[in-house]
Amino acid sequence: MDDKLVIAGKGFRSRLFLGTGKYRNYEEMNAAFEAAGAEIITVALRRLDLSDPGKKTLLDEIDWSRYTILPNTAGCRTADEAVRTAQLARAMGLSNWIKLEVIPDPVYLLPDPIGTLEAAKRLVDEGFVVLPYINDDPVLARRLEEVGCATVMPLASPIGSGQGMVNFEQIKIIVEQSKVPVVVDAGLGAPSDAALAMEIGASACLVNTAVALAKNPALMAEAMRLGIEAGRKAFLAGRIPKKAYGSASSPTEGVVR
Amino acid sequence: MAYQISLNGKPERVEEGLTVAQLLEAKGVNPVRVAVELNRRILRREEYTSTRLGEGDVVEVVTFVGGG
Repeated sequence: MDDKLVIAGKGFRSRLFLGTGKYRNYEEMNAAFEAAGAEIITVALRRLDLSDPGKKTLLDEIDWSRYTILPNTAGCRTADEAVRTAQLARAMGLSNWIKLEVIPDPVYLLPDPIGTLEAAKRLVDEGFVVLPYINDDPVLARRLEEVGCATVMPLASPIGSGQGMVNFEQIKIIVEQSKVPVVVDAGLGAPSDAALAMEIGASACLVNTAVALAKNPALMAEAMRLGIEAGRKAFLAGRIPKKAYGSASSPTEGVVR
Repeated sequence: MAYQISLNGKPERVEEGLTVAQLLEAKGVNPVRVAVELNRRILRREEYTSTRLGEGDVVEVVTFVGGG
């Protein structure tokens, strides 16, 4: 079955994006990428540690030719900071994709919708492929699509919280209304969370903490992949509507009494 | 003569005429593994050898790290 995810004209077999944060070591991280069959991985941009510039970094540990690199603007609190970080990320020369995050709130890490929309417009104009991280807001999702974002990435729940999808109905509305892929991002804790997102028609999921901090990241990455595949297939197959009453699966006639 | 610059948020003394390429080399930085911003303008890698630092310059040297 040819069921590709297409973002900005680029086709992918995998519908599981993986983050690169919080892993205990690079060996576990690469094993997780492998087990997930990941094709898109996110990275963050930071000042180089000049006290030890020769130290091995993420760039030494990942086979960059294998993945589509999705740099994020994590840590940015305003549109201006996010645009600057995006420009620096592009100057690294690996990708013109950007996972746009404008997050002024350090407790719940919820994104600023106004700053996100403003930064998205500017980045689209500058030729970036923009994947904005947003709250589960269907109206904002439409506005971002209208200004030319390549996807929308509504959160399931706060980053790293592992709560799963707390606002299922809102995500469903976003999926219904979007013409661009919907990538459910943040807060997914288990494969069942990812499967549920895919069952309602999300195009992909982004997972970091749930894999990186699992006891066995590679095994959890595989489980997430299977959850996503199961959810996707169920969506394509078309689930039955929920009903209030039972209906027998076996014939009601001819029962021996 | 030496200039005072800001390098990744910290004060740094550099010799007059020092280029960005020389600064990176002196710090042991592999230039293809970073992006460099000088006074809020991103430098293309071709510019590193021709760009000389001056008094009060603000230099940011960034790279990719793990993130979600």
